[in-house]
Amino acid sequence: MRRLTTFWLRYRRNRGAVAGALALAVILALALLGPILYPTDPFDMVGRPFSLPFDRFPLGTDVAGRDILAGILNGGRVSLLIGVLASLSATIIGVALGAVAGYYGGRIDDLLMRTTEFFLCIPSFVLAVVLVAIFQPSVVTVTVAIAVVSWPSVARLARGEFIAHRDREYVQGCRAIGMPDWEIILLQIMPNALPPIIVVSSLMVATAILTESGLSFLGLGDPNLVSWGYMIGVARTVLRTAWWMAAIPGVMILLTVLAINLVGEGLNDALNPRLRKR
Amino acid sequence: MSAPVLDVRSLSVEFESTLGTVHAVRDLSFSIGEGETLALVGESGSGKSTAAMALLRLIPNPPGRISSGAVLLSGRDLMALSEADLRGVRGREMAMIFQDPMMALNPVYTIERQIGEVLRLHLGLSKSEILAEVVELLRLVGVPAPEERARQYPHNLSGGMRQRVMIAMALACRPRLLIADEPTTALDVTVQAQVLDLIHGLKEKLGMAVLLITHDLGIVAETANRVVVMYAGRKVEEGTVGEIFADPRHPYTRGLLGAAKWEEADGDLLREIPGTVPSPFEMPSGCSFAPRCAEAIPLCRGAMPELKDVAPGRQVRCFLAEGRGHG
Amino acid sequence: MKKATFQFVLRRLLQVVPVVLAIAAFNFLLLRLAPGDAADILAGQMGHATVEFTEQLRREFGLDRPLYQQFLIYMGKLLTLDLGMSHLQQTPVIDLIVDRLPATLILMVSAILLAVIVGICIGIAAARRQGRLADNLISVAALLVYATPAFWLGLMLIVLFSIKLDILPSGGMMQIGAGHEGLAHVLDVTWHLILPATTLGLFYVAIYTRLMRASMLEVYGLDFIVTARAKGLSEGVIAWTHAMRNALLPVVTLAGVQIGHLLGGSVLVETVFGWPGLGRLVFDALLQRDLNLLLGILFISSVVVVIANLVVDLVYGLLDPRIVHR
Repeated sequence: MRRLTTFWLRYRRNRGAVAGALALAVILALALLGPILYPTDPFDMVGRPFSLPFDRFPLGTDVAGRDILAGILNGGRVSLLIGVLASLSATIIGVALGAVAGYYGGRIDDLLMRTTEFFLCIPSFVLAVVLVAIFQPSVVTVTVAIAVVSWPSVARLARGEFIAHRDREYVQGCRAIGMPDWEIILLQIMPNALPPIIVVSSLMVATAILTESGLSFLGLGDPNLVSWGYMIGVARTVLRTAWWMAAIPGVMILLTVLAINLVGEGLNDALNPRLRKR
Repeated sequence: MSAPVLDVRSLSVEFESTLGTVHAVRDLSFSIGEGETLALVGESGSGKSTAAMALLRLIPNPPGRISSGAVLLSGRDLMALSEADLRGVRGREMAMIFQDPMMALNPVYTIERQIGEVLRLHLGLSKSEILAEVVELLRLVGVPAPEERARQYPHNLSGGMRQRVMIAMALACRPRLLIADEPTTALDVTVQAQVLDLIHGLKEKLGMAVLLITHDLGIVAETANRVVVMYAGRKVEEGTVGEIFADPRHPYTRGLLGAAKWEEADGDLLREIPGTVPSPFEMPSGCSFAPRCAEAIPLCRGAMPELKDVAPGRQVRCFLAEGRGHG
Repeated sequence: MKKATFQFVLRRLLQVVPVVLAIAAFNFLLLRLAPGDAADILAGQMGHATVEFTEQLRREFGLDRPLYQQFLIYMGKLLTLDLGMSHLQQTPVIDLIVDRLPATLILMVSAILLAVIVGICIGIAAARRQGRLADNLISVAALLVYATPAFWLGLMLIVLFSIKLDILPSGGMMQIGAGHEGLAHVLDVTWHLILPATTLGLFYVAIYTRLMRASMLEVYGLDFIVTARAKGLSEGVIAWTHAMRNALLPVVTLAGVQIGHLLGGSVLVETVFGWPGLGRLVFDALLQRDLNLLLGILFISSVVVVIANLVVDLVYGLLDPRIVHR
């Protein structure tokens, strides 16, 4: 409880982070409750195409007469879901590999470092495009593809943290009393290594949302679901006549990513006070 | 004695912090004559380095601020100069060398570039003149193979050589005053003496004044003419080297001398002054040294003693020293 | 070039070889992972997907051989830059890529130059005004740009500068049918480059601004800055020489890491602006389900990143004399 209080006290000091948390809460509420409170199917043709915002429909209709607000609300769900799941999976993979490599060192470590270096050479977005194209777009493939291109950075970070901790006195003490390795890794070092990892993986949600929007903009989104990137892709063809159609979902992406980044910085201030630069 | 090269009058430096204002230097006055070496002595936290930085107005602002005082260099008040005029003084009339030459030299520029910069800036030398002068300066400070060294980077040099380079850089414009802030602390013991000899020799040769900031009384005994002892931002004693070593009046000075290694005649292995410098936020109400002073009387805890002239050029800030007769 | 430097370059070049081989092997893996092989796809596209015909194709492609043989054949072909045929366009994949690569490189290099130069300048300016209004405004702007999807920014810039203001072209690399030559051609391409390069570069401007600012503040805390002040140098000279040279080091390191990311961004930006580069080719390959072409692009773009990283390493060596090329 006291730790939670100090966390909040430190977090609160960053005003941007507080604003980000508020904005994120609103966006989350819209994505979770929106489709329930505003139950229009985003694929239904509800009116004439190209109806202006604030006219018959709150945000107008798109090229096919679909309700844009319904698309925004449902698309938010998809973007946030994929963003969170992809970054969670990438974190789990990355932390598992990084922890083992950092703790044991030697050959396992070499292998991991070669692999992450290798992944750093492959343009991640192009790889994600190829992966989704090979396995056909769906929520699962898009999530997996983003996780596959994201885990190496977490692995590097986790490895560094574990290397920093593995020879500390408390770890040597645990070894001396014969504690098994898995227990040292999971219960002793992990809690100490976690704060910077939490920060990076929260920021990764933002990157994942940007990647997802890029993929669905290229037509690599789940064909059964609306997403913000897809809406921009559709609106692109009518940019000349109805620019707002592309503008609205883009603003939503921008606000969401901005809010997550602000929260990430606040987490950094609150969890890693040592790392804080002036 | 002619007019002093440097005359510091009532210098005070403050730092703003979230916990309140810190008075790092209070009402400090001293002067240095031509060809003279003045040692500013004290433990870390005594304000001696801050005072040195304040002379060139190098205190970062915010949070620091020179709240009062005058610094007269050959009669000209540096505190009244514009920023541009001041830059003409820095590195030209008054130069500075620092504790750790590795940190004080820019790692990505060659020695020639870093010394040459001063020559170009203040003396307007051309490129070819600069190279010749840099080599000449390096030779002056005893750097072997100066032509070769000039083209190298700080990391190519040993600690002693780096400090020699710093000295060469400081002397490039033949300044009237050299400020040496713990110039040998970061160096090997064997190199320390060489660097001190060098500074001493160059002082004689160039006839400049030297302000030596140090915590090491061994160095003071070897190189300084006069000594100013500082404690918690204030001057507590001043005198010639002979006077200070033979007849220290302030208990703190005696403590420092006692802590110095060569004073072990009475059998004590190493007498440290007990306690530490008080936190700037919890200054005692009376004499700031009273909590650590073995000789303190009730009066010491009630009021801060004034700095009293006890002889020509001899000052002490202690109630006990006033009553105490000479000898 | 000094001998040590030459050896360093040579050794770095040799280090590239295993990475390229690994990328090739990875490509083969992806190809095998894809449901249906090249024969299935081609037969399907040719419209007579009888079992016999597909089998015949499979023999032609060597797909009936054991996996390790296929792998060796594949690797052998890659080493001679034979990336196979684009199924639909019936053109060697490598020809299509070589045709498009220059346009992508022009776009990427312009974007990175813009980002590095502008980002560094703004970062230094912000660091020198730390905590003041200008610094805060720069920080907010950087945060906003950092959160903006590049492809959407591109569309919005088209709306503003091409549709509303009508002062810049909305797409393509040159004016169609104008047939400019020489300088006029260069100017024409530059004219078309402005919007895509800005779109692609702006995100990195934000990154470099933030990084340079933090790096400068870090350097400002170091002792040699005090030395520089004690020498009588002005704050401007200190910022743009002593501080900048040191602050650049982490920025250059990051530039190397960012190149792969930049290539990904250019896929989207090229699609938005119809810029005839690799990214646009990715989009076309996606439309036509041309997996061979996609994998070829992945391979070549990875090689481009590897080479770019090599260049960055060499630049770093030039900037930091402490790097010893052992």
